Amino acid sequence: MSRTVDGVDAATAPTTAATRLTGLVGALRAHGFGIGTGETVDAGHALAAVGFTDRERVREALAATLLHGEAQRPVFDRVFDLYFPLGHTRAAEAHGNTPAGPADLAALRDRLAEALSTGDGAALDRLAAEAVGGFGGYGSGPESDGWSSYQTLSRLRPETLLVRVRERLRAAPGTEESEFTDRLLDDEIRRRVEAFRERVRTEARRRVAERQGRDRVARRAVAGTADTVDFLLAGRAQLDELRRTVRPLARKLATRLAARRRRASRGEIDLRRTLRRSLSTGGVPVRPVLRRRPPRRPELVLLCDVSGSVAGFAQFTMLLVQALHDQFSRVRVFAFVNRVDEVTGLIARGSADPAGLGDRILAEAELTGWHGQSDYGTALGEFADRYAEALGPRTVVFVLGDARTNGSDPNLAALKRIADRARRVHWLNPEQPSLWGTGDSVAPAYAGLVEMRPCRNARQLGALIGRLLPV
Amino acid sequence: MTTGFFSSVDDVADRLAATGYLASPAVATTVFLADRLGKPLLVEGPAGVGKTELAKAVTEVTGARLVRLQCYEGVDESRALYEWNHAKQLLRITAGRGESWDETRTDIFGEEFLLPRPLLTAIRSEQPTVLLIDETDKADVEVEGLLLEVLSDFQITVPELGTIKATRRPFTVLTSNASRELSEALRRRCLFLYVGFPEEELERRIVTLKVPGLDDALAASVVRVVGALRAMDLRKVPSVSETIDWARTLLALGADRLDEGVVRETLGVLLKHQDDIVRAAAKLDLDAV
Ligand SMILES: Nc1ncnc2c1ncn2[C@@H]1O[C@H](COP(=O)(O)OP(=O)(O)O)[C@@H](O)[C@H]1O
Ligand SMILES: [Mg+2]
Repeated sequence: MSRTVDGVDAATAPTTAATRLTGLVGALRAHGFGIGTGETVDAGHALAAVGFTDRERVREALAATLLHGEAQRPVFDRVFDLYFPLGHTRAAEAHGNTPAGPADLAALRDRLAEALSTGDGAALDRLAAEAVGGFGGYGSGPESDGWSSYQTLSRLRPETLLVRVRERLRAAPGTEESEFTDRLLDDEIRRRVEAFRERVRTEARRRVAERQGRDRVARRAVAGTADTVDFLLAGRAQLDELRRTVRPLARKLATRLAARRRRASRGEIDLRRTLRRSLSTGGVPVRPVLRRRPPRRPELVLLCDVSGSVAGFAQFTMLLVQALHDQFSRVRVFAFVNRVDEVTGLIARGSADPAGLGDRILAEAELTGWHGQSDYGTALGEFADRYAEALGPRTVVFVLGDARTNGSDPNLAALKRIADRARRVHWLNPEQPSLWGTGDSVAPAYAGLVEMRPCRNARQLGALIGRLLPV
Repeated sequence: MTTGFFSSVDDVADRLAATGYLASPAVATTVFLADRLGKPLLVEGPAGVGKTELAKAVTEVTGARLVRLQCYEGVDESRALYEWNHAKQLLRITAGRGESWDETRTDIFGEEFLLPRPLLTAIRSEQPTVLLIDETDKADVEVEGLLLEVLSDFQITVPELGTIKATRRPFTVLTSNASRELSEALRRRCLFLYVGFPEEELERRIVTLKVPGLDDALAASVVRVVGALRAMDLRKVPSVSETIDWARTLLALGADRLDEGVVRETLGVLLKHQDDIVRAAAKLDLDAV
């Protein structure tokens, strides 16, 4: 372990540490972290205990005292980088603050290729600082100028260095071309490039914070954790990030379901066996014997609106349920816009290419009649008519959608028929309850027949699924 | 109240390394703080990354006594805290036929009939103690309330005996695999440490240390392949314990370098699901498995 990586910016040392800590805690609270006074006090003690000579220790000390879970870490790291910036970036600024020309760009790319191949973290930090200083500045007035990681990266284009980095690594002593691990090289380089991009983003945020004030940037420019992004507002990149959380989430839920299942089967006391056992304690029934109920796995039906804005929510849930399929004796998935079609097979095959799932559903399933707008009434009616056999006393149905039916008849009778045949129907609505019933939403009418719950982000979905799924 | 086991972050790292536990900067820093601030340490992370081993290593370097509460579903107060020895109490009641009930009662709720379980044992311990509450997430929610009480003031009340307070705080480690979210209240009591998969360089050192005789170049290749598997979308990615197992297997097979054949034949040591094996083999360009 290297003992003295880079210390915290000299100006940060004890005198201003308390102010920085207060600022950091304030920004984290603004991101929804529950941090009490006791924890802030602990954080102060922790800083005093580890000192300021090693910035990574400062980071870990604050993380240990202020965080309650790993999901908070990405946001914490970005906020930390603003309040406790690297000390040496100031030096790099001295020669990197003027707009740089093409010759500088070529030289910087050379040095970047070298640093990427050796994996030298300190050099990569310096290069990120120089790159933002030389190629990330825009505007000229004091109000309109700023620093952009996007601009820096689109000039620097680190991803195009792949071949050069690969050549350097292959030329390094002790590597043979025929090595098995040679096939891993390109992906390893891509991961290093991605890590460098993150350094550039960190540096750009730091500079903007210097201009506009830390507190403001720490609250606005640091994105929240992916699992709290609103399904209805998530962009493509956020949906991609969410998709990567499907498996870990499914794993967690599977364990949770297994625990609930075992707990449910612990059941009541078996009086006869308890008395028999009590013979060994002189007839006093010390340890009760519990009767075990035989396990029986439930069936799950998912009925999803996959139109327009709610598509991201539906796809995420479909992938999640697919990843959980071995928890159930049967899982069937239906999609609709204004017509219903079964997509169970598409989704089972879809785990190989989750990103393309939405397009495939729209291309291969019959979901629309003569117009492309959702029509809940028609879709529910068609489902109740055509797929009644999918429902039974062991089936739990999840309906996913915003209940915005574009003015057409909600067909409450159809939902009632579904609810009557199934063991349970849950409706998950990606809109906040204050919007239910506004405009063309018929949510309150459906909520009168089945239990409707808001489900606005992946975290809520995980919690709801863990609680509501039958065991 | 500090436990006073360590003098600095470096001291933690150096002494743990001497017993064969290689601490990341995060681990060394947080262990030092748990010692300094006298707070319980909650260690979360996937299986096989050395959470349990960390508590054992701290025990070993400090010469403390290890008291372990292994959590499981259905673990309860009588397993975690204390229990009265009913059988022995019954015998005592039957033996003392001549006595008054008051006398008997005072007697059967005394020390002699008390069965201390890990939490009580750790609180009463006179010598330096490491209390390991392992796999906390496996226990039912009710047990958390119990832990919360004990870990707040490090004291336990046995109604028949009175309140027992720790004379010295045990160095307390709770581990969790996050199969269930632990309550916010319990988290607040603890310092939080997430142990994920180690960085490449650290994992190489762990493997080299745990599998003596393994060639350096092979250790490096092993860790790179494991890193590639972790970046894949698999049901269960290999942990440090699987890296170690794989390295041992390769050594036993006498493989001095990786090639397609040996990787294909031993992939089952790293991956536990058949569909993961198939997927990884395809991604690694191995011919049909
Ligand atoms: N940092 C480390 N240093 C030494 N050994 C380690 C380290 N991390 C993991 N191991 C090894 O990995 C294996 C699994 O560790 P264990 O503590 O059982 O994992 P966990 O409790 O996290 O499931 C053990 O054999 C342990 O020795
Ligand atoms: Mg363990």
